[in-house]
Order: sequence, then C-alpha cells, then structure tokens
Amino acid sequence: MFQWLQKYPHFLEIYYDLTEVCLRPFKRWLKPGSRIEPMVIAIERAGKGAVFNCKMCGQCILHSTGMTCPMNCPKYLRNGPCGGVRLNGHCEVKPEMVCVWIVAYERSLRMPTYGHEFTALQPPLNNQLKGSSSWINKFHGIDVDLPLGWMNAMDIQVIRDQEERHAV
Amino acid sequence: MQSDNGKPCSRLERVLQAGRFAVTSELNPPDSADPQDVYRAALVLSEVCDGINAVDASGANCHMSSVAICALLTRAGYESVYQVSCRDRNRIAILGDLLGAAAMGVYNVLCLTGDDVSAGDQPEAKRVFDFDSIQLLRSARMMRDDAVFLSGRQLTTAPCFFLGAAANPFVPPYDWRPQRLAKKIAAGAEFIQTQYCFDVSHFCEYMRQVRDLGLHEQVYILVGVGPMRSAKAAEFMRTKVPGVVIPDTVVERLRKTPIDRQQEEGKKICIEIIQQVREIEGVSGVHIMAFRQEELVADIVLEAGLLPRPIK
Repeated sequence: MFQWLQKYPHFLEIYYDLTEVCLRPFKRWLKPGSRIEPMVIAIERAGKGAVFNCKMCGQCILHSTGMTCPMNCPKYLRNGPCGGVRLNGHCEVKPEMVCVWIVAYERSLRMPTYGHEFTALQPPLNNQLKGSSSWINKFHGIDVDLPLGWMNAMDIQVIRDQEERHAV
Repeated sequence: MQSDNGKPCSRLERVLQAGRFAVTSELNPPDSADPQDVYRAALVLSEVCDGINAVDASGANCHMSSVAICALLTRAGYESVYQVSCRDRNRIAILGDLLGAAAMGVYNVLCLTGDDVSAGDQPEAKRVFDFDSIQLLRSARMMRDDAVFLSGRQLTTAPCFFLGAAANPFVPPYDWRPQRLAKKIAAGAEFIQTQYCFDVSHFCEYMRQVRDLGLHEQVYILVGVGPMRSAKAAEFMRTKVPGVVIPDTVVERLRKTPIDRQQEEGKKICIEIIQQVREIEGVSGVHIMAFRQEELVADIVLEAGLLPRPIK
C-alpha cells in the first residue's frame, strides 16, 4: 500500500534512525514477554508490512539491505543475490517479480548513512525470532546475540571503504 | 589448509599453489545404487582433470548424493570436489555432512546456495535455505580454522578443507558482482568456479574489476566452460537453466552449422573460450561442465593444449 515510499531510501534511513530515537524512552516497557509486546508486534507488522512487505523475521537488517526486505527473496538470502537472476533483472523462482537484491543494490547507492553496510557479512537467521518484534529485539540486543562461532566474523571487513565501493 | 607435512591436504590446492593451470570437471551423478556407475562416469574424467566435482542434486533433480559420490571417488584415489547446496538441508545436517566428508578424505568443498526446488522435477518439495552460500562458507571456515561448530562447540579434530564458492559474472547487478566475490572471499572462499562463460569480453571486463579490487591475488578463479551439443541444446540451456547466459552470436554460429556437425562446433567453441580465458590475468584454471557428454572432456583438454594431467 505504502510501498512507493521505498523509492525514497534516504528518507527511509532517516526515518529508521528517528524510529529508534522515538522508541528509546519506552525501552523499559518494551520487553520480550511484556504485556504491551503483542501491541508492539501488531504495530510493527502493520507499519513495516505496508511499506516493506515485512515478513517479521524479528532481526531486521533493512538499513543494511537498501531499505528492501531480503525475506521477500524466495531463497531468503540475506547476503546478496544468487546466480540465477534473469537478464531482465527478474527472479529465477518468480519470473514476474524483480529480484529483491537488484532493487536493494540500487537503493543502497542512494543511502549516504547506511549504504556502505550493503557489503557486510550477515549471520545466519535465528529462526526462533520469527514473528517477534525486531524493535524489542534490537533494544535488548537479542538480534545480535549470535552463535558463538560467528562472533569472530563480526569484524571481517569486506571492502575497505566507501571510495573503493564506488570505484567499481 | 596444510596437513602435518606442511603441504596442503588437497591435491587441487597443491596444483593451484604451484601456479599450474588447473582443470576440474563435473561428474554426471548416477540414478543408481551401484558404485560401479560412479567409477564408470569418473573413468573418462580422472585422466585429464585435477578434480572431479560431485554435484548436489543439481537443478533440484534428485541423484546419488554428492557426499557419497565423493567418498567413492576418494576410495579409488581420485580427487573430488564436494558440492554442498543449501536448498535441501538445514545447518545441522550440512555441518554434520561436512565433518563426515572430511573423515572420508574429501578435502575440496564447493559451497553453493543452490537452484530453487522449482527448477527440478519435484517442485512441490519444501525449500530449506537455512544458510546461504556465504554463511555456509563462513561456518565451514570456522570449523577448519577455529575447530568449532557454528554454535561454538569444540571439535576434537578440525577438518582439512580447501574451500570454494561459485560466481556468476554474467547476470545483473553487474557492477556489484565483483563485490559479491569480495564478500565470498571474506567469508572464507579460496577458490572459485564460475558459471558457464560464453561471453569472453564480458568476462574480461569482470576480471578487470576483480583485479582493481585486488581479489585475483586472494583467490584462485576457475572459469566455467562447456561444450554445447547442438543449437537446440544451447537454446534450452539459456532459457531453462537458471543463470546460464549464451550470447546470440554463439547460438547463431551453432545454428548455421549443419545439424550433424553441431556437436563438433560446440566443442570447438569451448576450446576457443578456454584458450581466450587462459590469457586473462587472474584466471587460474577452467572448470569443464560437459553435461551428458563427459566423453568429450578428454578431447577438449587435449585439443586446448592442457595435457599432461593430472598433475600429482
């Protein structure tokens, strides 16, 4: 319904920062298992569902993926496009759909704040968090509570700086 | 990864490390429970290749499992490349299979996302994709380097892997493809086998970007090539097989050839492409995928001037 908003990724990344600032004062009530959790989930589902077709994975990385929800990819890829993208930029699995990652890449180039995170290594999905609120998970660090083995992948740098990224 | 004597466990890695131009090929996986079918299929490849890839239900069609094929090949002393796709198994199964493969002497692992289930003959199957190729690479690399599972649980003996990944420079977003390669290298890839290359000038441009990022010094790139059986087969490949791009000029060249000589022409095109990509800086070898015409691989290797092999 509001998916046209995705045409303005820079506006959305500002809005993303703003959401965090606005929700922060309520941090002590925003807890997993709290009484208002179902309400928060409903609001998040309605809002992000309308704009991003959010799948409620509970560990939102929208700002690292060009403000485009990677869970719309039929293979649930979180680290970039597969090798099956069609020449017209459409999806291998759903020929009528433009590849999520094609749009994500184009949008990430228009995001001065978070655009560089596009090349970051994304950890495997935590399937336990499906259906929970990523806002609550973010405030309490639940979404970055990664498997121990992954921890030393956190500081791997893929491409050194933004300049190099644009040089290609 | 090195064994106790200081040499890499993987023969393929030793070939690449020595700076020799490597040749790998793909085994046609049998729909059979007879191990002899694997050996029969391997026979035509083993004399001319440094590694034989065992595909993991390629195109989402069920065949003998890649881990079993690799184990059989290893028994006969052949060098195998174990392809792992994320489509059919979750992380528990995949990591367990990796350890099992290592225990059976399989050293080369190619980490893939995998074609979607809809590409195969059982599109009603459940797609898993618990990992993507990059997360799989990273998890395999930490098993090898840190001797831990993804969960952090310790391994008593770490596997001795030579880790690979796939790359497809021929599909969009073109200018991000070199960065995707960078990502795979950062996640742990040491060699790359690319999708079929039929457009050498496009590949040259890709390699230029790869060199600009300095990636050709961090990874061995094996270019995917293969003979087309006929113009009809080429048409099928480019319309039905996900990710395969064949320029019109190539299909046209085949179409202009009389039908009984098209297979020969397809082979000729393949040899020409090998000779062209060999000249590109940063290319370390070729990966010959001759689906259902494996008997041609030996001819191709011979005529492209890549013998003697395998290099021990």
